[in-house]
Amino acid sequence: MSDAKPLDARARMIARAARELTAGMVVNLGIGLPTKVINHLPADLPVCLHTENGMTGIGATLPYERADRNLIDAGGAYVSPIPGSAYFDSAVSFALVRSGRLDLTMLGAFEVAQNGDLANWKIPGKFSPGAGGAIELAQKARRVVVMTTHTDRHGNPKLLQQCTLPLTAQRRVARIFTDLAVIDVTAHGFELCELATGVTVQEVTEATGAPLIVPDTDIPTF
Amino acid sequence: MSLPDKTTTIEAAVARIPDGATIMVGGFGVPGTPFTLIRELVRQGQKDLTLIKNDANETGMGIDLLIANGQVKTLISTHIGLNANAISALNSGRIRVEFCAQGILAERIRAGGAGLAAIVTDIGLGTELAEGKQVVEMNGKRLLVENALRADVALIHADRADPFGNLTYAATARNFNPLMAMAAKMVIAEVETLGPLGSLSPEAVETPGAFVDHVAELFEISEDYGIVRR
Repeated sequence: MSDAKPLDARARMIARAARELTAGMVVNLGIGLPTKVINHLPADLPVCLHTENGMTGIGATLPYERADRNLIDAGGAYVSPIPGSAYFDSAVSFALVRSGRLDLTMLGAFEVAQNGDLANWKIPGKFSPGAGGAIELAQKARRVVVMTTHTDRHGNPKLLQQCTLPLTAQRRVARIFTDLAVIDVTAHGFELCELATGVTVQEVTEATGAPLIVPDTDIPTF
Repeated sequence: MSLPDKTTTIEAAVARIPDGATIMVGGFGVPGTPFTLIRELVRQGQKDLTLIKNDANETGMGIDLLIANGQVKTLISTHIGLNANAISALNSGRIRVEFCAQGILAERIRAGGAGLAAIVTDIGLGTELAEGKQVVEMNGKRLLVENALRADVALIHADRADPFGNLTYAATARNFNPLMAMAAKMVIAEVETLGPLGSLSPEAVETPGAFVDHVAELFEISEDYGIVRR
């Protein structure tokens, strides 16, 4: 018997989402799950990571013993520079976002609608901390993808016909990575692209709160 | 010819801030937050303040101390999620919070610092942040008018300075500091290292001293900057 532990569903999702980053991209990874993809990126992948608080060229996250008190990412993690990193103020940071220089942003979500609407910043009456930079990232990155668990902690679907929560941006999400599947947002709604290992089409359909288009072809697994 | 000397003490600089002032406070999380100026403002106790800051720091540090001390009336911010005290002050009505998209807050401050009245943008259209804002049409597009922001006072944390107030910043401790340093009637900078005139290369200066009114050297670095295990 092998001692190697199989990847759990969460780690598998993160590893799959990491493959969305390709050579040459400028990428912003949202706070929470998306920043976890950093640890899954090949060391030789030429990619430029941006963070809202004013840095391009983010390197490895540092343990606290080696941290620099003046060097964090937007989520407060202690990060390191790499050769070619740059620091800049918050106006420059969002000039980069709004002018279309971000090839990709990967964000977390409370809800995603089948038309690509995203809600990820406010649950009225429960959680209203403010949107930070999420609205600009979602509205202006050239490609917006989401990484989230397929359902919330009560088992309710997060992929819906319509969002019920206040929106972050309208019709901007192109692809969703979950613990069950990779799903594209198409002109006709959600379309199943890939299945997590051991997950059936029926399980994905039942966990999705909107119609799911399932291609006739073989569905790849991740 | 030589440049004027604007050096002062933390106490004397903060004593110039009146009750009811609107104050911009630099920082994004811990880096760049002027913790020593804030602690002195808590000690002196100026009231009815309006603060403009990216975030509300964390419980027990930075502007959380001003909120907990009842000195803050209004906070203009982008995200206060790391400070449960600030959220409960908002929920109970002890402070009023105006939320702004992060880059738009930066740009409103930059516009204020540049002597402009407002910016127009499509950011936030179709979201709650657009509610109550003036909409204009330009080139066939609907856009929101976002007023420029200026303040009575800006509290800045800089890495190095000279006595004239030329400033440089460390790594991600820049964030809102260089923008706020242009956008207030009275700009107070606490600085980690103060050198003589000429100690900063003119090419390295990020905030020209002409924007800065008072420079206070820090003789010890606040414990609030300490590295924490997360």
